[in-house]
Amino acid sequence: MNQVALPAWVLASSLLPAVIIFLLPETTRALRTSLNLGAAVLKVALVALMTWRVAQGSLSQVRFEMVPGADFLLRADPMACLFAGLSAILWLFTTIYAIGYLEGAPNRSRFFGFFSLCVASTMGVALSGNLITFLLFYELLTLSTYPLVVHRGSEKALAAGRVYLTYTIGGGAALLLGVAVLHGLVGDIEFREMGSLRDISETSWPILRVAFGLLIAGLGVKAALVPLHGWLPQAMVAPAPVSALLHAVAVVKAGAFGIVRVVYDVYGIDFARDLQLLLPLTIIASVTILWGSLRALWQDDLKRRLAFSTVSQVSYIALGISLFGPIGTVGGLVHLLHQGIMKVTLFYCAGNFAETLGVHRISELDGAGRRMPLTSIAFSIGAFGMIGVPPLAGFVSKWYLGLGALEAGMPWVLGVLVLSSVLNAAYFLPILHRLWFRPQVAPWPDERTFGRWETSGWLLLPPVVTAVFTVGAGLLANFAFSPLQWAILIARREYLP
Amino acid sequence: MSTELWYALVGVVLVAVSFGAFMAHTHLFRRLLAFNIMGTGCFLILVGLAQHERAPDPIPQALVLTGIVVAVASTALALILLRRWFAATGRTTLPEEDDA
Amino acid sequence: MTEPLVGATLLPLAIVVPLLWAVLTLVRPRRRPTWLVLPGLVSWLAICAGLWWQTSRHGVLTHVLGAWPEPLGIALRADGLGSTMALLTSVIGSACALYRLWTPMDADTLGAQHWFWPLFFMFGAALNAVWLAADLFNMYVGLELLGLSAVGLVAISGGANALAAALRYLLAALLGSLAYLLGVALLYAAYGSLALSSIAAVATPNTITYVALALITAGLCLKTALFPLHAWLPPAHAVSLSPVSALMSALVVKASFVMLLRIMMDVGVSIVTPSLAQGLGALGAGAIAWGGWQALRHADLKMLVAHSTVAQIGYLFVGMALLLGGSAPELAWDGLMLQLVAHALAKSAMFLAAGTLIAAVGSYRVADLAGVSRHTPMALFAFGLAGVSLMGLPPSGGFSAKWLLLQSALASGQWHWAVALIGGGALTAGYIFRVLGASFKQGTGDTFESTPFGWDVVALLLALSSIVVGVVATGPLAVLRIGAPLAGATS
Repeated sequence: MNQVALPAWVLASSLLPAVIIFLLPETTRALRTSLNLGAAVLKVALVALMTWRVAQGSLSQVRFEMVPGADFLLRADPMACLFAGLSAILWLFTTIYAIGYLEGAPNRSRFFGFFSLCVASTMGVALSGNLITFLLFYELLTLSTYPLVVHRGSEKALAAGRVYLTYTIGGGAALLLGVAVLHGLVGDIEFREMGSLRDISETSWPILRVAFGLLIAGLGVKAALVPLHGWLPQAMVAPAPVSALLHAVAVVKAGAFGIVRVVYDVYGIDFARDLQLLLPLTIIASVTILWGSLRALWQDDLKRRLAFSTVSQVSYIALGISLFGPIGTVGGLVHLLHQGIMKVTLFYCAGNFAETLGVHRISELDGAGRRMPLTSIAFSIGAFGMIGVPPLAGFVSKWYLGLGALEAGMPWVLGVLVLSSVLNAAYFLPILHRLWFRPQVAPWPDERTFGRWETSGWLLLPPVVTAVFTVGAGLLANFAFSPLQWAILIARREYLP
Repeated sequence: MSTELWYALVGVVLVAVSFGAFMAHTHLFRRLLAFNIMGTGCFLILVGLAQHERAPDPIPQALVLTGIVVAVASTALALILLRRWFAATGRTTLPEEDDA
Repeated sequence: MTEPLVGATLLPLAIVVPLLWAVLTLVRPRRRPTWLVLPGLVSWLAICAGLWWQTSRHGVLTHVLGAWPEPLGIALRADGLGSTMALLTSVIGSACALYRLWTPMDADTLGAQHWFWPLFFMFGAALNAVWLAADLFNMYVGLELLGLSAVGLVAISGGANALAAALRYLLAALLGSLAYLLGVALLYAAYGSLALSSIAAVATPNTITYVALALITAGLCLKTALFPLHAWLPPAHAVSLSPVSALMSALVVKASFVMLLRIMMDVGVSIVTPSLAQGLGALGAGAIAWGGWQALRHADLKMLVAHSTVAQIGYLFVGMALLLGGSAPELAWDGLMLQLVAHALAKSAMFLAAGTLIAAVGSYRVADLAGVSRHTPMALFAFGLAGVSLMGLPPSGGFSAKWLLLQSALASGQWHWAVALIGGGALTAGYIFRVLGASFKQGTGDTFESTPFGWDVVALLLALSSIVVGVVATGPLAVLRIGAPLAGATS
């Protein structure tokens, strides 16, 4: 395999299946399933290969001129491997979950076609080497997730789709304007460690600030920063695999990843601090963290509570980024991975409760721990991870974020972290209480039995595996290839020449 | 004031009057007639201005001949459409003109 | 040494061959003239492709018909813009012709059977005459021929509505042509020449030149359906047969626009004031807003797409404003050229796909599209892809064009055009997703007609081209710059 074209192959490993799946008739279930799974496994292998090569210091890239003055550039650097690795692994498990979840549902070819397209776009976002390629895949992500959100075709789904589009198209417009302004100022902007804008003269600094605001506004829509988060709870009307994918892997993380790229690889953390852009970002992130947690307290619908929890948790990443200092950076980057693993576990479990018991509301969950023990254990692990209980993954990220806040000289951020952990406990612990410590009071709304196991094997395997990952990422954090070590490697490169 | 310039001025008057008629009338056949007179006015201007105080020039004549041919073809097409329209609907004006 | 000669001989063939086929299909009308039409399409495509290839390698090609010297003779000129538009015409024309050939005969009207092909080929010849003309009067002749054949194509679509739309179109076209002719007459009277280059050399900003330019601009804007002179376009494009709508929206309005562009850049370059350029751009922004808003409201799918054309024409005029009045004309030229090409491909794909969807569902209304995504997914996908290009979302030709125009606007410091361009994209997204959302809705019944597979293929290929042209834009843009009236352009 040609080393140089590896990023292109990674992209192709879900683009080609997408095209093929669209052409498959609805009834070829076995072929479609094997194509889906095979492509997912292949992608994990390719990303692992790419990561290994990058760890050894070799860079591969694909470049050609798209428009005069702007190149299409895919490049595998450590940051790209971080996001691509998360996406590839979680895509595999979400594919397994989706196959089980959509058993017997209509329009599966259409669903899986757009599903693959969505992951291809996410890979493109991860592997983009410059701002215009990033913009290209970012918008492609919007286009490929819309059909997934409106998949069910009901009035509610279409209304949610309209809201989703309004936010994301608006965000895309802001992003486009920001990228265009920067291009007009400096030409093609490639992602470079420690940023590429340092040498601009001071007269252009106001424009750079405006451009930063536009970029963050555009990225903040997908990353669900307050007040641009309104689409996320509405999008819960989509099937559970879509919620899992959107909230853990693709859309929300793409926005957060974009913010990471802009702050580190376009502006550079030093320059961003000199332009006084970091403090506003810290404030917005803190407000989002608290507001999301507060809204979550009042939700009775399980998926909506998880949605607001996502709004809150993803801003930890933005918070970590905006804290000046390598420890904060590590905290933000590692939380990108950890939050993904934990949140996807929670959404898988929520989907299991809905599919197996017909339970959508938290008030109906009493006694579910007895009926579905493995799912409830996985949910509990994810919940404890979110709260930040050691030795789970969430604790590691919050630890680094806290230390980073102290290092940056902003002790009030520590208060935000503590308060949000308390709020997390406040909205997660009651769920666990209902699951384990309350007897079942009414028959399940819509129960289905699956033989020996509590639910279908397709639906059970993914949350169990990702719960194990949650534990592993925390326990084995000092292990050579853990998420934490990778984040430390990247942070080191961002701060040292 | 040479004869050619006089032609041109007459052409201007024709264009102005027929343009007014074109906009004012709603009957399709009258609009077509107005267009034809406008075309004639344009040709007069073309020939008049171009030949005003100049040596005999074949170009304007060629242009006007071409223009006349085009005008005849357009008029023929318009008449066919008009007749079809009248046969189909019994009306001599376009729909929104009726309502207005 | 011989190759430029070959290229130059292709120039008259580009006009004569379609004309020949127009005569052939007229003289020997068959109910299903496939074997007569196909060689015509193939030769038309080959000639235009050869012409484009020759232009890209040898620069501007010229040919004087019959060796009669100018100004009495007819000179033809193929620069980058002209040969690219000729190639585009042959590609889109062939796609629409194939669509027509695959139309089942029972879904037809009587007139269409006899007159479609002669009118179609005459249409093609007229378009080539406009693209390849080198002086004002040949442009006029080509434009007239184009107008007459376009009106004919609209009229044969059948029904009283088609006749009304054709009549309205004819009246507007004639008015525009007369205004243009008057302007040409004044220019000849002032400068004694009809060739663009010679007038450009001696043009001075006196009264008669201003009046002439004003008349020409007004006439051509009427023919291009620039807001607020656009009222004839939506009914004409919506009521026609699908391939006819595709050809009209994609190519006919572009012909008068390209004429206006050439005249402005050659004759008017020392005469056009910045305020005129900004005025045209403002009308373009109005078109974007008005067309987009109307598209959001209409219940009829083809009226929606036709109003989208009105809006997209606005982009062209914003580009022209940037070209004439901005400080980054090279970027504006590239963006405008790419917009011409991308919009032609996307809009033709969209009309063909819309025709397929309407035939499948049996209704013109957007709301009746529910459930069609399961029955005709390819047509819906083609519609979506074309919509992506129209919205200016990456990766697509529409995006690359919008990007270049944005860069030009920002470089000139004319932020208002940037706002217009981006706002237009958002409006477009509104009505495109209106259609897509309606099609994702759960259908109540499954009463769909089957549509020819060839229809889907043609629409999809055109839509894919509009996407691809955005990703590999550098090559075509280099050709489009050949002979462009810009400082420092190759010739």
